[in-house]
Amino acid sequence: MKFLERRLVHAILLLIGASALCFLFSTLAPGGYFDEMKLNPQISPGTVAALRSQYELDRPLPVRYEHWVQSVLRGEWGYSFAYNLPVRSLVVVRARNTLLLTSLAMALAWLIAVPLGVWSASRAGRWEDRLSTAGTSLLLSVPELVVALGLLYFAIHTHALPVGGMVSADHDTLGPWGRARDLAAHLVIPVTTLVLASLPILIRHVRASVVEVLQAPFIQAARGHGVGRTSIRFRYALPAAANPLISLFGLSVAGLLSGSLLVEVIVGWPGLGPLLLEACLSRDFYVVVGVVMMSTLFMILGSLLADVMLVIADPRVRMDNV
Amino acid sequence: MGSEAAAKRALGPALMKAHRLNKRYIQRTPFSRKKFVIDALVDVEIDIAPGCISALVGESSSGKSTLASCLAMSEKADSGEIWFEGQEITGWNDRQFAPLRPRIQLVFQDSAGALNPRFSAAQVIEEPLEVQNRESGAKLRRRACEVMEEVGLSADWADRSPLEFSGGQRQRLAIGRAITLKPALLILDESLSGLDLSTQAQILNLLLDLKSTHALTYLLISHDLSLVGQIADFVGVMHHGRLVEFGPMQQVLGSPQHDETRKLLASAGGVESAYRAAQAGGRA
Repeated sequence: MKFLERRLVHAILLLIGASALCFLFSTLAPGGYFDEMKLNPQISPGTVAALRSQYELDRPLPVRYEHWVQSVLRGEWGYSFAYNLPVRSLVVVRARNTLLLTSLAMALAWLIAVPLGVWSASRAGRWEDRLSTAGTSLLLSVPELVVALGLLYFAIHTHALPVGGMVSADHDTLGPWGRARDLAAHLVIPVTTLVLASLPILIRHVRASVVEVLQAPFIQAARGHGVGRTSIRFRYALPAAANPLISLFGLSVAGLLSGSLLVEVIVGWPGLGPLLLEACLSRDFYVVVGVVMMSTLFMILGSLLADVMLVIADPRVRMDNV
Repeated sequence: MGSEAAAKRALGPALMKAHRLNKRYIQRTPFSRKKFVIDALVDVEIDIAPGCISALVGESSSGKSTLASCLAMSEKADSGEIWFEGQEITGWNDRQFAPLRPRIQLVFQDSAGALNPRFSAAQVIEEPLEVQNRESGAKLRRRACEVMEEVGLSADWADRSPLEFSGGQRQRLAIGRAITLKPALLILDESLSGLDLSTQAQILNLLLDLKSTHALTYLLISHDLSLVGQIADFVGVMHHGRLVEFGPMQQVLGSPQHDETRKLLASAGGVESAYRAAQAGGRA
């Protein structure tokens, strides 16, 4: 419990630090949402000044930060200049869409990477391992932007998959299965892109961790006792190699909100990516801060999850934390 | 040890034999076509007499552990023959060798690395019994506790992690795990290295007790000639993958025929002291 309490205190301090820095850097950035209005002759300078005052942009930074913290505690997370809505209502809907995409991609990537990495490690040095290494090198060298564009090109030319958006225009008229199929079809391109982007890193990490453990004397001893190959790989080597993989899994969780922003923009997925891009371009300050803070929160949760999993999984870490 | 009885037993059929055993490792360097060939075993001939302690000594990378791995069938030799209990087992696949696996067990030097860090002490001992379907349920735990007591560990520690044990206690646990399957041959690959002298002596006594209780045969791999001189019946000296000398301990240490043996004796504190240790071992 002490460990958890300590980690929670760290997490809160980190959130305060990150939010303060985010506020500071956003203020230091040149330009603002109302600057473009000043160029519009139909809007008087008095109106612009009134709007700036309404959103407290004329107040000192510490005061704005204090008010923003109060707004976070009220569950609003500040107000969007562009939408004139509490940031939370904007971010939560988009974050849900992003999480649907990224959690599916993450689960698929891990489900493929773990058996493939273990298999590659068990064939270390042989042609199967070399083939796997060449495949992952190829995937590593192709940016996810190119993969997404390639898949979009394929979808447009073959009409095999829908392009852009999360659902079709006639989504509401479909039955439950039809809706699920429609959503699944729209998920194919972004999920495939994200899986192909993360797969080589995961496979290589799993392979490297397992290949080292497979040389360990306790594995040789288990072989000597007649433990079968599959058990050796998955019941002995994989749990023993799990520590770096758990940390990597924590990073995957941490990147659930921030790892797909570019892909979402390219394929037109209505997640946090397009919202953040739009907010950055229009200097919708509180939306940017809201999205960044939400990503930070996931970063903290991911690393906390990894730490807790490490403590549960590894008796050595458990003993160190007693 | 080193006694007439041992010599007599050696006249009978060997428990394990290797005939012209060869093992070569080829290492490739990245971004180059160059290959490094390492002849780990070259025409090795060895007879391990039942009920005796045979020892292999030699400097690092002389092929001792490779020979142990090949005899334990953890690694496949490139050529040659391996015989165990009168059967030629060379080239046997895992399925063919499965019934014989429990008969040959290895105990490693690194006791921390040799025990699954995720198992408790009892689970370490239960694992081979479970895999071989020898015991299950409450009997399994009871048997594990009995083995722990037999190797000098309290059964109260059954649920402790091996990581909480000292080096000597871990080695006892590793030995306990090795004997649970009632092996005929125990290969001790530098199992006594890295332990302080008093722990080493305690483990040595334990091994001698277990040898007589379970009618075990040992193949002891060590670089410590004075240790080997205390307990071995037969000694083999390995050099660059070749078994350059093999015979009764007093003969090998008393009148060494090969330069490598003389070098090892000299580095062990002089021929005289090692031979005295050997003779003292023979009288014990």
